[in-house]
Amino acid sequence: MASNPYFSLTVLFAAALGFGLAPLALAWLWARVFSPPKPNAIKNAIYECGLESKGDAWVQFRSAYYLYAIIFLVFDVEAVFLLPFAVAFTGLGLDACLAMLVFVLLLVEGLAWAWAKGVLTWA
Amino acid sequence: MAVDEGLKIELGKQGIFVTSLQELYNWGRRNSVWPMQFGLACCAIEMIATTMARYDMARFGAEVFRPSPRQADMMIISGTVTKKMAPQVVRLYNQMAEPKYVIAMGACAISGGPFKQGYNVLKGIDRYIPVDVHIPGCPPRPEALLQALITLQKKIDGQHLTGEDRPRFLNAEAQSEFPVPEQGAHDLEPTSNTGVWPVPLVIR
Repeated sequence: MASNPYFSLTVLFAAALGFGLAPLALAWLWARVFSPPKPNAIKNAIYECGLESKGDAWVQFRSAYYLYAIIFLVFDVEAVFLLPFAVAFTGLGLDACLAMLVFVLLLVEGLAWAWAKGVLTWA
Repeated sequence: MAVDEGLKIELGKQGIFVTSLQELYNWGRRNSVWPMQFGLACCAIEMIATTMARYDMARFGAEVFRPSPRQADMMIISGTVTKKMAPQVVRLYNQMAEPKYVIAMGACAISGGPFKQGYNVLKGIDRYIPVDVHIPGCPPRPEALLQALITLQKKIDGQHLTGEDRPRFLNAEAQSEFPVPEQGAHDLEPTSNTGVWPVPLVIR
């Protein structure tokens, strides 16, 4: 059995499993056998800041937040590229300038599209 | 005790360490009393100072302030408990895991202190939850809080794990829930928890 090439791997696997499970088992044992359980309704309540929890935790967030976050990226990405563009502007050729303008136009187009769709109005 | 104190010291000199499970258990508990992280008023500033390098509460194993009652062993009532805040304090105490201890820090936490006559001030947190150590002062100096912690450690050290006088957390019949007061028309209702605080008889 020891001659099996997978023998050492099996031993290591068992050791790794034990390393992970032994603390969990000890914690479980400690909680079940030694810890003094004194549960009550207040102790078992979910919230932990002294106040009683109200309502449900399953609430919906407005999708407008996500749309705003995405549109923010237009300005965010634009700023990242605009700064090096502005710094190197005097040394740029015509084709580089055109490429940059096309890029900015693409972003502006996205913004205009969102604007036309009414995403920018918070309702 | 099976081994008497003299023999234990004699064995200790020979390099043999004798202990009992109770001593070992209490030694472990008293040296890692984790306080709950919350301050109520100006006493909290002294409490914060106590944990910092100058007074160094860590020397006594109580530096790990837990922001959750589930992980805390000790509640330091550091300051004035208003009637608005009292239900929250009592609920937090209830949510702490056993064994749990309470230090009432300063005149306000003990009795309402200088604000005792205030309509909105609770006249001592020991009306609702059992307090282990009271420290007077307005506010108490950090040394006083350390003294309170040491006093609490001595109390923990002296607790028996078995027998009639065993602490609450080892006694299945002992009370563990302390009702949270509610805001009434004129005062908190109830004005004190029964079994925690004997209502003094006012003679007019």
